[in-house]
Amino acid sequence: MKTVFEKSVPGREGCWPEEPKTKIEDFIPTELLREEAGMPSLSELDVVRHFTLLSQKNFGVDSNFYPLGSCTMKYNPKFTEVVAAMPGFAKLHPVISQLKGAGRHCQGALEVIHETESLLSELTGMAAFTMHPMAGAHGELTGVMLMAAYHRDKGNKKTKIVCPDSAHGTNPASAAVAGYDVVSVESKDGIITPEALAEVLDDEVAGVMMTCPNTLGLFETHLQELVEMIHEKDALLYYDGANMNAIMGKLRVGDAGFDIVHLNLHKTLGTPHGGGGPGSGPVGVSERVKPFLPISRVEKLEDGQYYLDYDAPKSIGYVAPFYGNFGVYLKAYAYMLRLGREGLTRATEGAVLSANYMRKRLENHYEIPYNRICMHEFVASAVEQAKNGVRALDVAKALLDKGHHAPTIYFPLIVKECLMIEPTETENKETIDLFIDDLIEIAEMAEKNPEALQAAPLTTSVKRLDETKAARSMVITDDIK
Amino acid sequence: MPYVPHSPEEIREMLDVIGVDSVEDLFAEIPTELRPKSFALPKGKSEMAVLQQLEEMAAKNTTDLTSFLGAGFYDHFIPTAVDALSSRSEFYTAYTPYQPESSQGTLQAIFEYQTAMARLMGMDYANASVYDGGSALYEATLMAVRKTRRKKIIVSEALNPIYRVMLDSYTTNLNLELITVPHNHGRTNVKSITAAVDKDTAAVIVQNPNFFGSVNDFTEMFEKVHEHKALAIMSTYPVMQSVLKTPGQMGADIAIGDGQSIGQPLSFGGPYLGIMTCTKALVRQMPGRIAGRTEDEDGKTGYVLTIQAREQHIRRQKATSNICSNQALCALRTLIHLCLLGEEGLRRTATLSVERAHYAAERLTAIDGVEMFTKGPFGNEFAVSLPVNAFEVIDKLTERGIIPGFPVGRYYEGFENVLLVACTEKTTEEQIGIFAEILRGTI
Repeated sequence: MKTVFEKSVPGREGCWPEEPKTKIEDFIPTELLREEAGMPSLSELDVVRHFTLLSQKNFGVDSNFYPLGSCTMKYNPKFTEVVAAMPGFAKLHPVISQLKGAGRHCQGALEVIHETESLLSELTGMAAFTMHPMAGAHGELTGVMLMAAYHRDKGNKKTKIVCPDSAHGTNPASAAVAGYDVVSVESKDGIITPEALAEVLDDEVAGVMMTCPNTLGLFETHLQELVEMIHEKDALLYYDGANMNAIMGKLRVGDAGFDIVHLNLHKTLGTPHGGGGPGSGPVGVSERVKPFLPISRVEKLEDGQYYLDYDAPKSIGYVAPFYGNFGVYLKAYAYMLRLGREGLTRATEGAVLSANYMRKRLENHYEIPYNRICMHEFVASAVEQAKNGVRALDVAKALLDKGHHAPTIYFPLIVKECLMIEPTETENKETIDLFIDDLIEIAEMAEKNPEALQAAPLTTSVKRLDETKAARSMVITDDIK
Repeated sequence: MPYVPHSPEEIREMLDVIGVDSVEDLFAEIPTELRPKSFALPKGKSEMAVLQQLEEMAAKNTTDLTSFLGAGFYDHFIPTAVDALSSRSEFYTAYTPYQPESSQGTLQAIFEYQTAMARLMGMDYANASVYDGGSALYEATLMAVRKTRRKKIIVSEALNPIYRVMLDSYTTNLNLELITVPHNHGRTNVKSITAAVDKDTAAVIVQNPNFFGSVNDFTEMFEKVHEHKALAIMSTYPVMQSVLKTPGQMGADIAIGDGQSIGQPLSFGGPYLGIMTCTKALVRQMPGRIAGRTEDEDGKTGYVLTIQAREQHIRRQKATSNICSNQALCALRTLIHLCLLGEEGLRRTATLSVERAHYAAERLTAIDGVEMFTKGPFGNEFAVSLPVNAFEVIDKLTERGIIPGFPVGRYYEGFENVLLVACTEKTTEEQIGIFAEILRGTI
């Protein structure tokens, strides 16, 4: 399909504001001005049709099952969009809160922030939350900065952060970006053993970043012992909460001894992911890490008024210009109010039930490397199919032809021909059964007619794309240069 | 239970297949000692009740004030079609396009967005966006540090102070030397910045128009920066970039900005999007998602995420950045908004905003004791000195229904009497007139 730039016809009128009375040259000397910027000229219908057609080339949760492991692509209710668009929220300028006495003009927004933090604290058992981080990985970076501030304040000299091989790939990247050396721990039978941790845990370790349930979908059964070992070294324990959908109401990471946690609201708490963002990655901390939280914090006075507190001498400072992705976590707040205690617990139960059901029904058709009770997701492997030349990638593309989005593939890196499947709680049994039946049929085809799978997908708007060519020729703008 | 469809019979069937007696058995691996000490969340509510509660909370915010607030974040008109198109669920309920064949809509939109941003900035390449302008600036700084292997960063004090405090926070653990060069009556101090560049300098960071609205040409300064093999980073305001000499024309290596002003509601601080663009030479240092054009097996054009060798999911601790998403839906909104405006509409938006700001400057400085603080050419924002404290003036005028602007003294000590005033195409001459009259009666 042609791009908007190729469709452009000079002189065609779009949604223009009124004509100015003046020219820009009347105010700014010509030597400070530019030539044309090269924006497209299209009619409003041209634009509407272009983007409507583009949207039809996309899989979204509202039209397709999206069992993408570790991404928690569940259905997000529609009413939260209405909340985010309410003019009382959407039209509010963020610096209004920084004017003298202007807190009175944004009491509703400050209350949302305060209440969202309180609900998340209760959900996770943490002492306090900050809503500033704008995505999960941003939450991780904030978490590592908090670790650094904690140790700096205590005069600790710590240079390393430990990340298990079953942790999310962003964890080591976040630790490294924040200036730490990263040490890896190998998991054994899918989980971290105290012995393996002991080998790397020395006085230089500032913290351990754990994903639990880990990327294999397994609960870390030695958790209690690991927590004690880590705290003995005055290292902090970080919980990657991207998988919170697995444990709501069943485990509160604060109660379990974790010091820092980030949540991916766009995964767990009902905010759609927008094709790759915006997300929201709030960070919760235990009492001893609280003084280091980012500026500013919403506090409540005895008379019920909310205000912004900038007086935090030990704070790591500003990780966002204002209060994070307010419009995104408004949706999470509304979602939590809607589901409440019981609904959130049921969500977790439904997600774990569906994952285990799927795992059991697939065990005779695909290799399940860690075939035991899993949490909200599990890992299957196409190693058997690969003997006939059908790789995880081919299975994924064949699923697209059947109208499903594919699972996460080749991740975690520690499993060969990996298919990481997460059904979520919002899919009904018919959909789950259909997906299982399709996967079984693909396994059968891998024996009978592997070539057909290698040709998939055939029903999408394009066939299999040449990613090598894309990286080599690197055409990343519409301008031939 | 809302959004969980399993019936009791289906649950029983599924448990039987799994081979356990109850749902609770699935959580047996979490020991009792680790179970929650409390889970005192409120009871769930109906959709109607939640909507009512949020309506009430929204009503506690004042949104009927006439506002001249800017400080880098502006209230431009958003065409209705932006909401209509970006709220199509195929866009907003999709994930990061890991399976490109089923994500061509998102991927082509990113590719078009990258093209639009590169053109707007006059740069070679753009990425698919990062979280916001401040994080774009921090990522740009790290690009310069990686490229030059140097530690000294020279920052103009006329760069948005919100970005400066973010940069301070992010670099605390990184052993970088940040040197801030004071502004000169709201003008970027080109001479002092040029004098500060040396062989240890990784980058110089400036803004155009700067925080005080002042419009500059940094071409000569960037030449000097390059003589020392340092990089030039420029922060911009994308609406004004449709008329102003571009970072590319001035010789910048990296240009960034916040895309809020094209397509995003102010929404009390987010979500916004960080625009990142750079020269060809730096593209492999640029973090974040990038969509690239390629072909399918039949030679048909398609798009994929590309040059991923820099990224966290492949390189883990060796990754260029830890960022693993972009603000895809925000970038889509920006792109749609740009397409609706087109070349002419965007120039009109910028020109109208500048026209109104100049009218406001004229009206305000006609008042005894009010003088221009920003010297020289300015865009849609400018600063004035008042005979009284700006915080007090803002407080008084807000009572009368007008937020007159941003108090510069909040971030700049000694400038407590300076008020930063912004206009957009939405600001009317009538509003400006009322503002001027009330201000005259107040000071």
